[in-house]
Amino acid sequence: MTWAEFSARQPLLEQACWDTLHMVGWSTLIAVVGGLPLGVLLVLTDRGGLLQNVVANKVIGQIVNVARSMPFIILMVALMGFTRWVTGTTIGREAAIVPLAIGAIPFFARLVETAVREVDHGLVEAVQAMGGNTWTIVRKVLVPESLPSLISSATTTVVALIGYSAMAGTVGAGGLGDIAIRYGYQRFETGLMWITVAILAVVISVIQFAGDYAARALHARGGRSGAAPGPRLPRAEEPRTTDIGKVA
Amino acid sequence: METPVITTTGLTKIYGADRSHGRAVTALDGVDLHVREGEVYGVIGQSGAGKSSLIRCVNLLERPTAGTVTVAGQDLTALAGRGPRAGRELREARSRIGMVFQHFNLLSSRTVQDNVELPLEILGRSGKERSRKALELLDLVGLADKARAYPAQLSGGQKQRVGIARALAGDPEVLLSDEATSALDPETTRSILQLLRDLNRQLGLTVLLITHEMDVVKSVCDSAALMERGRIVESGTVGELLATPGSELAAALFPVGGDASGDDRTVVDVTFQGDAATRPVISQLSRTYNIDISILGAAMDTVAGKQVGRMRIELPGSYEDNVVPIGFLREQGLRIEVPGREQKPVPAKEGAAK
Repeated sequence: MTWAEFSARQPLLEQACWDTLHMVGWSTLIAVVGGLPLGVLLVLTDRGGLLQNVVANKVIGQIVNVARSMPFIILMVALMGFTRWVTGTTIGREAAIVPLAIGAIPFFARLVETAVREVDHGLVEAVQAMGGNTWTIVRKVLVPESLPSLISSATTTVVALIGYSAMAGTVGAGGLGDIAIRYGYQRFETGLMWITVAILAVVISVIQFAGDYAARALHARGGRSGAAPGPRLPRAEEPRTTDIGKVA
Repeated sequence: METPVITTTGLTKIYGADRSHGRAVTALDGVDLHVREGEVYGVIGQSGAGKSSLIRCVNLLERPTAGTVTVAGQDLTALAGRGPRAGRELREARSRIGMVFQHFNLLSSRTVQDNVELPLEILGRSGKERSRKALELLDLVGLADKARAYPAQLSGGQKQRVGIARALAGDPEVLLSDEATSALDPETTRSILQLLRDLNRQLGLTVLLITHEMDVVKSVCDSAALMERGRIVESGTVGELLATPGSELAAALFPVGGDASGDDRTVVDVTFQGDAATRPVISQLSRTYNIDISILGAAMDTVAGKQVGRMRIELPGSYEDNVVPIGFLREQGLRIEVPGREQKPVPAKEGAAK
């Protein structure tokens, strides 16, 4: 690829970058807003949870599982009616955000569930013993204590969404994946294809690095990994003596 | 010291009772507990004895299967409702009961000060009041300089001090301590127990603690109960227990060893308390009955702030030969036990009726 050819394609690439970021940005935002409560709810309604409701848990869990295992390209086509209802169209950038977000909500919800489950039950009990209600426990314990893991989960979701967004070209949403297919593959502009690959690699690395950095910074403050800056003091971590009460 | 602050009657907890399959485990089997105002009450027992279930039933973190819990005149079991969720009244009652945990249970995402402020946030206090109270409490537990540190930067003992400060934030009348020192080394354990003792004295705080360490009971408790298989098999003030013949708790609190040197000998355990500890009873015994006394083992110690002495002595001849000298010792107000002989029924036993 010569410099002249590259210069000719530059506006195209710029537009594609913005399209990808636009789609991924909005769908991530919606996925976090929708997936966080759903993931927390999955933990709370589970057997032994604070809002134990086995039926609700099974129903939510099943919906999440089905939505998660659905190939994205099929989800996108299947959701067209809904997309039209929300955005008024089934084609273009805005239209692609709907299936991207809906695909990412259950994905993120499962990750949230895993992260929230990791929170030491003793902390929940401590707040219960202070007289805190379930909402207080969610707000002051479950979410803040799992924040480093939640940020890692969000990072994973963003990276997955960049992957999904490559398919959004099929509904005319543009983006880097679309360029790679239409120009790089169908028009044999191999050089352009490699440029999109390079851009994607850089974008994903930057996001992953930023996410890891944020998660680690929070983690270090909490110090659960032992990677805390400053003096590292030996911590009492002997196994809790088990009474019947704790086993049963 | 007389009004009971915590009372449980017939407290029973059966795990797995509501499930149709699986083995039901009885953790508490009709426990009657009376903790008086301003005392430090220790419940001791081995793992699986049910002491942890007991303390968790007191603030209803664990729902008792049967029986009642009354704290500061309020019947908590009546407030509980049916579902597993705590209603507003129960939550309000809980906010007046402080609790400290074996593993501290501090929020790692909050600073020390913010951890202590948490109960006050739940109580809806203003930011200014929260921070004033939190700093005051951190000062009380000796951690004023650590307010801005995160729990991960503290040692185990410091974390437990934060845990105690947090438990006191809501001005509780009662402090529950669930194995608070079990994850700490002996030195730190002593300092935390001292802190609990000081708080008990200074604030008139009633403390119910559970532990598997006899030393904890020995150093801070006014009263104690021994739990076995979900029942309280012995209970009373430490003084009463020491004066109770055949008390397992007394023997464990204050063990004296030594075996008889021959068959034709009588071994007698003597416990001195109060002014009896200062009288020369052994030499009086020797002179009065003209017998030779060997001392097999002896110890003096402070239990619950009182001087107590215990001695295992050996008298020549069989038990029948020594009835009179032993009677003399009893007359001196000493507690006498003859190991290997049937003991009188123990009057201080309670809670095992059901």
